[in-house]
Amino acid sequence: MKSIADIKAIREKMQAQIISRDNESEANEIRVVVGMATCGIAAGARPVFNELVDQVANRGIKHVKVTRTGCIGMCKLEPIVEVFVPGQEKVTYVHVDADKAKKIIDQHILGGKVCTEYLVGDEA
Amino acid sequence: MRELALHVLDIATNSVKANASLVTVEITAKDNLLTISIKDNGKGMSEEFVAKVTDPFTTTRTTRKVGMGLPLLKQAAETSGGTFDIKSKLGVGTEVTVTFRLDDIDRVPLGDIAETATTLLYPDMDFVWIYTVEDRSYTFDTREIKEALDGVPIDSPEIIAFLNSMLKENIESINGGLVL
Repeated sequence: MKSIADIKAIREKMQAQIISRDNESEANEIRVVVGMATCGIAAGARPVFNELVDQVANRGIKHVKVTRTGCIGMCKLEPIVEVFVPGQEKVTYVHVDADKAKKIIDQHILGGKVCTEYLVGDEA
Repeated sequence: MRELALHVLDIATNSVKANASLVTVEITAKDNLLTISIKDNGKGMSEEFVAKVTDPFTTTRTTRKVGMGLPLLKQAAETSGGTFDIKSKLGVGTEVTVTFRLDDIDRVPLGDIAETATTLLYPDMDFVWIYTVEDRSYTFDTREIKEALDGVPIDSPEIIAFLNSMLKENIESINGGLVL
């Protein structure tokens, strides 16, 4: 069974990475933000958040930060995921689930191409 | 909400908003009773506000006039033979305690506590999770984790993923085959 003792090995691996990351500019960081107020949570935001984190962790993506926020203001379109790429306009995805979250990582974060089928326009 | 763990995530988010530095979540399943308590040391609420806080038309938000988190939890408890209690003191903190009858047909499943716990990892705030089934207990304390991490952020994706699998294994072992 995994325990706190296992953290040491991961920590040593990551401390090396953090030193190399500090040398890069934080300005290049992509932020992926999941709406996590009551509305988002009830609609299924938690598995979306965890899928995004899993994808970033398992594929070793280094320039992406996955965070939470409160109610974005369009409760009926939750779960909502906002993607902030430095120097570009914010992209808002709606009715996101774990499968769509994976595709957002593949196509938008890694591929640089917005997943237009999940945008707010067609759903509102 | 489809899981009680989602209610826990929602209510604990209130503690985050209340600038708590420590939140203790206790989940105990014993003698056909499931008790969940969420206690924080955040800014607390006035007596007047606590009295109306389970009214869905009460909120601190300024963008609209509804707040559903606590009313939904109260309803989930009371429709399954359980209880809801909230205590709060300005400047001291808030404690929400709910109970559910385990065998009540209307009780929502407990759901994925590990995923809820790992959705609530913050560098500047700590959580203690005490998970008990009958006489078996497991404690997850982010202060201990942070000490072991020695400066590596607890909310890095690799750490979140590891902690998630660690919690899942330990919770499963405490459950001992029970599905809550």
